[in-house]
Amino acid sequence: MNDSRFTSRSELIGILVLAVFLVVILPLCLDVFRLNLVAKYLTYAFVALGLVICWGYGGILSLGQGVFFGLGGYCMAMFLKLEASSVENTKIQSTPGIPDFMDWNQITALPFFWKPFHSLTFTIAAVILVPGIFALVIGAAMFKRRVGGTYFAIITQAVAAILTILIVGQQGYTGGINGMTDLRTLKGWDIRPDHAKIVLYFFEVGLLFACIFVAQFVRHSKLGRILVAMRDQEDRVRFSGYSVANFKIFAFCIAAIFAAIGGAMFALNVGFMSPSFVGIVPSIEMVIYTAVGGRLSILGAVYGTILVNFAKTSLSESFPELWLFGLGGLFIAVVLAFPNGLAGIWGDYVQPRISRFIGVRKPKAGWTDNSVADGAPAE
Amino acid sequence: MSDETNKGLQSAFRRKLLMGMAAIPAITMLPRSSYAQAPATSAVNTTGLAVTDTEVTVGILHSATGTMAISETGSIEAEKLAIEQINAAGGVLGRKIKFIQEDGASDWPTFAEKAKKLLVNDKVAAIMGCWTSASRKAVLPVMEQYNGMLYYPTFYEGLEQSKNVIYTGQEATQQILAGLNWIAKEKGAKSFFFIGSDYIWPRTSNKIARKHVENVLKGKVVGEEYYPLGNTQFNSVINKIKLTKPDVIFTDVVGGSNVAFYKQLKAAGIDLSKQALLTISVTEDEIDGIGGENIAGAYACMKYFQSLDNPNNKAFVPAFKKMWGEKTVIGDVTQAAYLGPWLWKLTVEKAGSFDIDKIAAASPGVEFKGAPEGYVRIHENHHLWSKTRVGRAKLDGQFELIYETADLVEPDPFPKGYQ
Repeated sequence: MNDSRFTSRSELIGILVLAVFLVVILPLCLDVFRLNLVAKYLTYAFVALGLVICWGYGGILSLGQGVFFGLGGYCMAMFLKLEASSVENTKIQSTPGIPDFMDWNQITALPFFWKPFHSLTFTIAAVILVPGIFALVIGAAMFKRRVGGTYFAIITQAVAAILTILIVGQQGYTGGINGMTDLRTLKGWDIRPDHAKIVLYFFEVGLLFACIFVAQFVRHSKLGRILVAMRDQEDRVRFSGYSVANFKIFAFCIAAIFAAIGGAMFALNVGFMSPSFVGIVPSIEMVIYTAVGGRLSILGAVYGTILVNFAKTSLSESFPELWLFGLGGLFIAVVLAFPNGLAGIWGDYVQPRISRFIGVRKPKAGWTDNSVADGAPAE
Repeated sequence: MSDETNKGLQSAFRRKLLMGMAAIPAITMLPRSSYAQAPATSAVNTTGLAVTDTEVTVGILHSATGTMAISETGSIEAEKLAIEQINAAGGVLGRKIKFIQEDGASDWPTFAEKAKKLLVNDKVAAIMGCWTSASRKAVLPVMEQYNGMLYYPTFYEGLEQSKNVIYTGQEATQQILAGLNWIAKEKGAKSFFFIGSDYIWPRTSNKIARKHVENVLKGKVVGEEYYPLGNTQFNSVINKIKLTKPDVIFTDVVGGSNVAFYKQLKAAGIDLSKQALLTISVTEDEIDGIGGENIAGAYACMKYFQSLDNPNNKAFVPAFKKMWGEKTVIGDVTQAAYLGPWLWKLTVEKAGSFDIDKIAAASPGVEFKGAPEGYVRIHENHHLWSKTRVGRAKLDGQFELIYETADLVEPDPFPKGYQ
């Protein structure tokens, strides 16, 4: 792999292929309904990207990414919900002008922490900062005390459980288990019709590539190599004079912010946010997307997410009563047979053949950073 | 069976007509389409729904997997039974009903996604579906945006009314008030203890119950406690019950929590044959899990019990068991789900069209005399007029009917004075 360059040539080709796939092929092949589903899948790809940095490279397994996805999503949903709850739209309530679930819960005035969400600028800042700061606090509390590995994973799970209980319990302020539904407009622009879905899709793809470039940058910078070194031999890095905790906190925060952007896009694309994306099960699902795609591969994570979700949708449409078994089988097969996921299959089997076919002798590169891929601990 | 549930409707006549007409082409060798007595598709379907000359497609959207599957399976079964019976009786406007089943997977956004798929891709003429309030809230904007028709079976909290939904279960005031009146009069109850699961339906129901107890019955609520969905530790609230000694324990604990709650009540020595307990969330389905011996003696306030003694129900229960097995039990929601396809059929025939707007407009006043619960009628607000009943749980898991309102109770989703 060519050392410090931002991207190697084969990676650039990989990114271009993904771009063509998402920007040209999918919009041409799919109707708006299916394209909107892809947009929904891609919101999880943001989380998977973050996990590649945090788990694949940094070796920090977080089983609580749903927390950050949810925080980002709820920030955006609060803004959209306020706009949908204009006095005009909520005439039938006892207190018009507040979200419907507050009215059902006998809340008569907008709570103070909702008020800033009238502003879109504040909301966008909150989407990034709230989860970022939250991750910073958790990360600092854990990594400074050298809590890591399994313990850290368990603690992130606990955080996911706590946040779910909090959201469900405080239903007057959060919409409870129903979540925030019926989101309609963004600054007066209706997000529900077909043409809006298409615009949102392309916007989201743009954001995704921005995140991919950030991830590429992190990976190829010195920082990325320190992360890998830290994953493989934490003590050596520490003895070399690096502050391991700070690097870990950074990786965790990046992953959190990516997840939050995904959550915010989810609220926009689906018109909906609920605690069912915050808890333990969705958080683990998000780790599975990354595992299927290949936890060491930035692009693999995107493909893995699309593939798993596509399988989920099509299996559940064809076999409403049996699809979960099929999906479970898929996960087990991929993880057992191909520990490096789709990217591993590509790097080990497909790409060498293509190279041989073209007659170019290239080191194995592409999606997978093979120099560190084999035998890396799955912490 | 179908003949019995259809008594008084024109279907019997329609069938004879259909049989008579079916004989004609055999003799005259007319082309197949010319004998269909059904009105032309272009006339009954002006909005591009999935209606052909011989078939009409509807959607079934419930959780077949996940935590809600145990509750929603009964609804799926009831809807399939109703569709089969309607087809056997000649279909709707001469067209057989074909259904597409989708799995909401106990996940609210999935419900919204699948509802959209059914409306946009499959162009279904109606959707029978949803169970929890959360899934309905997720689906509702989709139904309104793409102008679909949802038949929603569960008793729920009210505070909602939509052109695009027919609510075949009871809303909260319909279910609760008659039961509270009965227990106040019959047991002389003055003090009530409320226990519920922590989400919108129990909270709203208890709010209505509290207003009724305090303002109308002049009683007192001595405690009101909520537990998260899936909670299994009720010991502390049971201790409070023992301390406050309420005349009535009023519960809307849902799902699996019920099993723990009633077992712990029994273990704590609270004898339901002496301590009055009124639940609005336990049907025959839940007793299957709780065990009859743990809940015998409790009162439940519903609109339907499997044990109801009327000709419609006596035909419905065996037909259901024949299709889905001897051991199945039929709860309130299952019966309400059964009403969905029938009410839709009757409304389509009244409107003479599958168009959603015409069905929405024709719905008020549609009557179904073959309902297992007895006669029901659709109100202007798209809820059902129906009777409220109190049953007492028996050891065998069935309810014994104790009381029913003399008249149909009017649905009132936005009750004045209870909000």
